[in-house]
Amino acid sequence: NPYAGLVSHLRASWLSGKTRPMEYRMAQLEALGRFLDDKKQEILEATELDMGKPSFEAYFSEILLCKNELNVTLNNLCHWMKDEHVDKNLVMQLDSAFIRKDPYGVVLIIAPWNYPIHLFLVPLIGAIAAGNCVIIKPSEISKNTERLVAETLGCYLDSDCFAVVTGGVQETTRLLENKFDYIFFTGSPPVGRIVMTAAAKHLTPVTLELGGKNPCYVSDACDVTNVARRVAWGRFFNAGQTCIAPDYLLCTLEMQEKLMPALREAITEFFGHNPKESPDFGRIVSDKHFQRIRALLGSGRVAIGGQTDEAERYIAPTVLADVQPSDPIMQEEIFGPVLPIVVVANMDEAIDFINARPRPLALYAFSCDSKVVNQVLERTSSGGFCGNDTLMHVTLTSLPFGGIGNSGLGKYHGKFTFDTFTHQRGCLHRSMGLEALNAPRYPPYTQQKLGLLTAAFEVKRRGTCTLL
Amino acid sequence: MESMQQVVGRARAAFNSGRSRPLEFRIQQLKALERMVNEKEKEILAALKADLHKDGPNAYSHEIMGLLGELALAMEKLQSWAAPQHVKKNLLTMRDEAYIRYEPLGVVLIIGAWNYPFILVMQPLVGAIAAGNAVVVKPSEVSENTARLVAELLPQYLDKELYPVVTGGVPETTELLTQRFDHILYTGNTAVGKIVMAAAAKHLTPVTLELGGKSPCYIDKDCDLAVACRRITWGKYMNCGQTCIAPDYILCDPSIQSKVVENIKATLQEFYGEDVKSSPDYERIVNKRHFKRVKSLLEGQKIALGGETDEASCFIAPTILTDVSPESKVMEEEIFGPVLPIVTVKSVEEAIEFINHREKPLALYVFSNNKQLIKRVISETSSGGVTGNDVIMHFFLSTLPFGGVGHSGMGAYHGRHSFETFSHRRACLIKDLKMESTNKMRYPPGSQKKV
Repeated sequence: NPYAGLVSHLRASWLSGKTRPMEYRMAQLEALGRFLDDKKQEILEATELDMGKPSFEAYFSEILLCKNELNVTLNNLCHWMKDEHVDKNLVMQLDSAFIRKDPYGVVLIIAPWNYPIHLFLVPLIGAIAAGNCVIIKPSEISKNTERLVAETLGCYLDSDCFAVVTGGVQETTRLLENKFDYIFFTGSPPVGRIVMTAAAKHLTPVTLELGGKNPCYVSDACDVTNVARRVAWGRFFNAGQTCIAPDYLLCTLEMQEKLMPALREAITEFFGHNPKESPDFGRIVSDKHFQRIRALLGSGRVAIGGQTDEAERYIAPTVLADVQPSDPIMQEEIFGPVLPIVVVANMDEAIDFINARPRPLALYAFSCDSKVVNQVLERTSSGGFCGNDTLMHVTLTSLPFGGIGNSGLGKYHGKFTFDTFTHQRGCLHRSMGLEALNAPRYPPYTQQKLGLLTAAFEVKRRGTCTLL
Repeated sequence: MESMQQVVGRARAAFNSGRSRPLEFRIQQLKALERMVNEKEKEILAALKADLHKDGPNAYSHEIMGLLGELALAMEKLQSWAAPQHVKKNLLTMRDEAYIRYEPLGVVLIIGAWNYPFILVMQPLVGAIAAGNAVVVKPSEVSENTARLVAELLPQYLDKELYPVVTGGVPETTELLTQRFDHILYTGNTAVGKIVMAAAAKHLTPVTLELGGKSPCYIDKDCDLAVACRRITWGKYMNCGQTCIAPDYILCDPSIQSKVVENIKATLQEFYGEDVKSSPDYERIVNKRHFKRVKSLLEGQKIALGGETDEASCFIAPTILTDVSPESKVMEEEIFGPVLPIVTVKSVEEAIEFINHREKPLALYVFSNNKQLIKRVISETSSGGVTGNDVIMHFFLSTLPFGGVGHSGMGAYHGRHSFETFSHRRACLIKDLKMESTNKMRYPPGSQKKV
């Protein structure tokens, strides 16, 4: 296997204990910070070449959000690493009982192309913080960023413990044949299945950050202008190539009528009358994806946008009205700057529509009536939820970010990333003395001994549980 | 006979009806489970006796006492566990509501093992019910009396559609695993663990795998050998060695090897009397297949103590092997029987290296008067869990997560950890539709000032 040597090398470094001291981890994390600072311009340029990513967006998602995660980790690592002492029962009062935060060992991070720095770097922060050695596999589709990472990351991180592997499907398949102690994958559900199947051969635990169609329900009671702006922002950011973008809108016919001019206005406000000329609107990453999305424009009717330019891989910010559930655009995650509107009679119908489909990574509900937002929240299931806005729930590092069902398993961001790459090891350190206290547990077994054991181990009910 | 698809389909429909979600309902089901355990204690103990030759007080302390504790804990704490957890906000979200909601996953599958056949399905069940899920329970067919009893009792006390019991062997379990679940908790061996995870991968189902391995037990020269050996004897030979966290083998200096044997021998007398076979407190190997497997591990070994076997009753005496070679068969697979090999090592460094060259075990034990040495062994190795100066006991503290790492498993449960294993932590951010001005910063057209 072409990667066996590399994995072996990292495993040897792991066994040497190099990555365990806090000082080492802090130094590597700080070096990552320097990478983001030094290479900021190169990152903006590479992501622009890869998918026309506007520099404002690139700065926000690839630099700013990453630095936030880095700082949260640097500020708290000492605390996160500490043994977590736990409550003890009667029998163990004199013992030391704690959860030890152990690294897993050699971990693999596979990143996608849409936020090509962010989506390997944020997991990497947690993996390093947790004391692991890491192999990073950036996406070959965002090839300029891939080259940047492969050529320069090594100058910042310890090459004994951290390596970048490049390549396509073949290379990734061979890489996955090796034994890793954890695999963190961001990408599509079908490939997620392949990764988990490969992981099962070695009993490697995984986090899978996948995707799906994120519904966005807009109730009749709402501030149309604000809704339009927030939805447009979330949909057209990175030309729609965002796993948590609002994928489709659900609303009444009435609301569709009201939203259309508001959406048109928001788009113009954001990108001008010709978004193709706006420096703030991205492009589709590849010809394949461009053609895929263009084919979906036949669903419903084009109410806003619809223009495309193959040479530039440009698809205008587009809104499709009167889309039917059976239309092609409703059969796959769009991952492009196209917002279909599916008309429903009311909130109940919207909820039923959502629940009849695979559980999404994100779910959005807009209403001035907080009861409506809560109803949608309580009667559906999704990775995460944002009421009255889009995307923002993932910028708060204290909230876990992850999917459920087809949209993924596991979660990260902030401390959750550290926890993801940590084995929580239950430890009980007893004293050799007080052996007499152990007597009731030893054979010969008697009812009397059992009585003593029960008294010692029992968790007593403290009266009845009063529920609101 | 119903198909797996029908059983699971019905559980899913029942879950979708929403009735397992209200906390009152969950507590009511847990209360019913508690009633079942108390009212049917006799029947449960009888099944355990038939399956594993386990006597009353023994079976009670291993399989009922702990379960009652988990039930009491879950009922007491459910409201606080299930409450939304508000999180720290940043400047931009100051005026918003940001919290984590604990939600049920849906329909979960619990596959039990035969060695502690009652508690290994019941304890996860407590957590799964507490978290609001529908649960399909699949007890091990090897412990057939307990499996039959669980299948009879659960529908008498719990909601029949939400918590069905499925019985059967490999073909039935294979068919069950083709269905879609929202979480699978499997207790068993490494080989089947891989099969379960591969089946789960087809549906992107998260798994908790409680597997096994060879749990090492290092005895330092500087320790109270009498106490250490008594504790080790208890943990090794309980349930006739058929315990996933039993100390599988001993590592110690050659100079104390014979003293270890002597001390264990003395303790065995204390525990089981002169004639182990007639002690009501000594169990049997679960079946002929495992009997033959364990017996074959004795071949070519130096038997310092025990070694007697009786196939008719699946009896294997408490046995100690000395000067065992690391390459021998008994050191290759998890023993899961009353055979204790001693491998000699010259130093704690050698012990640590020995342990680290093997698959990560479910449990790790180290005995020493030297606290620093214990800390060192913990820090320089990896394992599911650890008990220092005793064995097994970390299992009994429900505030500690119980689970493996590497080949010994993934995920954890017990106490609150069960509730979290069977819950989805959904991130929620609720903003105001007004206050648009703060959002203007993020909208295009972008500018340096906005950045």
